[in-house]
Amino acid sequence: MRTHRSRTARAVVITGLTAGLALSGCARAGETTTEASDGAPTEILMWTHSAGNDGELTVYDQIIEDFNASQDQYTVVTEAFPQSSYNDSIVAAAASGDLPCLISMDGPIMPNWAWAGYIQPLDLPTSLTDSLLPTAVGTYQDEIYSVGYWDAAIAIFARQSVLDANGIRIPTVDQPWTKDEFDAALTTLKQAGYETPLDIGAEDTGEWWSYAYLPFLASFGGDEINRETYLSADGYLNGPDAVAAFTWFQDVFKNGWSSAGGTIGNQEFIDGDAALAYTGVWNAKAALEAVGDDLLILPPPDFGHGAKTGGGSWTFGITSQCQAADGAREYLEFSFQDEYIAAFSDNQVVIPATDGAAAMSEYFGADGSLEAFVEISKAFAMMRPETPAYPVISSQFEKAAKEIMNGADVQSTLNVATQEIDTNIESNDGYGF
Amino acid sequence: MTDTLSSPLPDTAAARRKRVPGQPSERVLARRRRIWTYLAMSALALFFIFPLVFLFVSSLKPSGQIMSDSGSGRAFLPVGDISLDNYVDVFDRVPVGQFLLNSAFVTVGIVLFGLLVNSLAGFALSRLEWKGRGLVLTLIIATLIVPFETIAVPMVYWVSKLPNLFFENGILVYDFGWLNTYKVQIIPFIANAFSIFLFTQYFSTIPKSLDEAARVDGAGWFTIYRRVIVPLSGPAFATVAILTFLPAWNQYLWPLMVVQREQLRPVMVGMQYFFQLSPAWGEVMAYAAMITIPVLLVFLSFQRAFISSIAASGVKG
Repeated sequence: MRTHRSRTARAVVITGLTAGLALSGCARAGETTTEASDGAPTEILMWTHSAGNDGELTVYDQIIEDFNASQDQYTVVTEAFPQSSYNDSIVAAAASGDLPCLISMDGPIMPNWAWAGYIQPLDLPTSLTDSLLPTAVGTYQDEIYSVGYWDAAIAIFARQSVLDANGIRIPTVDQPWTKDEFDAALTTLKQAGYETPLDIGAEDTGEWWSYAYLPFLASFGGDEINRETYLSADGYLNGPDAVAAFTWFQDVFKNGWSSAGGTIGNQEFIDGDAALAYTGVWNAKAALEAVGDDLLILPPPDFGHGAKTGGGSWTFGITSQCQAADGAREYLEFSFQDEYIAAFSDNQVVIPATDGAAAMSEYFGADGSLEAFVEISKAFAMMRPETPAYPVISSQFEKAAKEIMNGADVQSTLNVATQEIDTNIESNDGYGF
Repeated sequence: MTDTLSSPLPDTAAARRKRVPGQPSERVLARRRRIWTYLAMSALALFFIFPLVFLFVSSLKPSGQIMSDSGSGRAFLPVGDISLDNYVDVFDRVPVGQFLLNSAFVTVGIVLFGLLVNSLAGFALSRLEWKGRGLVLTLIIATLIVPFETIAVPMVYWVSKLPNLFFENGILVYDFGWLNTYKVQIIPFIANAFSIFLFTQYFSTIPKSLDEAARVDGAGWFTIYRRVIVPLSGPAFATVAILTFLPAWNQYLWPLMVVQREQLRPVMVGMQYFFQLSPAWGEVMAYAAMITIPVLLVFLSFQRAFISSIAASGVKG
């Protein structure tokens, strides 16, 4: 037994000494390559959310190729991640101190990442930021942290033949449907034989709810939070206007104008099962191909405080861990050329962020088949609350709206959501506000 | 009627064969019972196979048609606009071959090293006499109640600080961080509390007199493990292999956080490539079919061993 123990102890000592000698005798990686790397361009790593999206990746590749060829100080390389789990990848990388220089980010998450210290103010020329759609510029605490090549918007898709046949007025940007007109149109279409005349997209989950239905709330006069202080939702998410908005929302399902069933996307409208679809620009190309000239892109209804549509799509920013922020800034400035923005726009069917790019776009130019989206976005786009508390606001909004859709009491449900949001803000010391 | 009444057979056999007029014979009854059993089993088999049928049939249809067919029986039939286009498009969108190879490499690594390490741990806990082994086993089992999601972010931080030793320009060098490697996808999952528990339990059922006999013959502990315990524990090894294989193949959250380079991603992360604002359902189905086939093949190859091991160990996945 003693022999066994002494043999084991000897083995441990020898192994430890060997490992110690090996470690003390070896150099840290990179120490041997410093000389070789002198004079080589600095590598700037960029992460995007666009894995699997060929239309978008093609444009990044083109920009990067052109930028790398245009100078010899920096080399931009890119890594694409799947969109639906992209935020998890960023949070994990931030925790391990492994963030790249440039990252894409969805508009509403930007203030949270700025507050968490993941990203730094951009400090781009105002000539560039002023040329963009306001909803393509991510601002937090009066500083610009991110900029985007495009925006998205929601509209009502309809067939002209259906509206004409049912004697329904075709609304315009100058004169959207009023609440009464919209309700009457849905009643008429229901009577015309559509089981659920409006595909409102309630079968979807996650961020869609706040993005799509906050504009209804705002058009009724409510909001998700007090945007002057960003400290409380009380009186905004549970005030009389909000109660009116969510009562109407509940009625949409109670009256059978819409349902929470069906499939995510725009298939019900394409198949003619729904007369109207409240959906995003990303579904416009397929609808155009299926419906052709009969397709109408209509503004959302005005419920009393002006028509509204969701704004704020994917943008780009520079991380706080970036060691080559000047190079990253140089790349961003280079990338915001109209030809690239137009390419993003046409490849993905999203609204270009500059007028110059819109003019070059196949779909969004003056004679483009989807030009209505540019008008709707310019006239009615609203940002979701630019606060680090937004992830909590969004999840509480979705939870409350779904409960109300399923028949919960409107006022008490909104009170609970408001309380949850306020408690979260308070426990985070106001998120810097 | 006459022959049943005048049967010369003993009472019990006669009773078994006794046939009441107008009632079917026992053979007919047995056949009917068998038919009903087969019908019930076939219905059950159909019920379980429906998702797979839907998957493979839908992988041949355009996305729009999948949605349109979903409300009817057409969803399970290869009708309409049938083609292999989705499979072609999958290859355009995702490096499927690379992802399959990565998953295969990681999974095989986890399973093989897991079998070795966990069975050795189980051996130490069940066969060796040492102070505190009961406490150690309790602590190991206690880790089963901790959900992986709760420790994922601290683990990312931890693995990002672990050292690497390698040669660079002929000099032994070191650096820190295991992110973006195969080992970060394999090593954290080799030691598995459930596998250790299962091996420990199984090894405990093997008589200790075998160890003593081997010791008398001069065998050391490792020889006993290799020559006595392992050959007698086939069902336990098969069960652990399959129960380790499935979660390893289906890994999603961990590689998502620790692998940023596309060349190292496994198949499940690739699934998310198809979920843009408008999901490409046809391609989703084609990709799902492609990554399900290896799992099906593994299961079908080891079906007999798996079923017998489940029956022997009483473990359900």
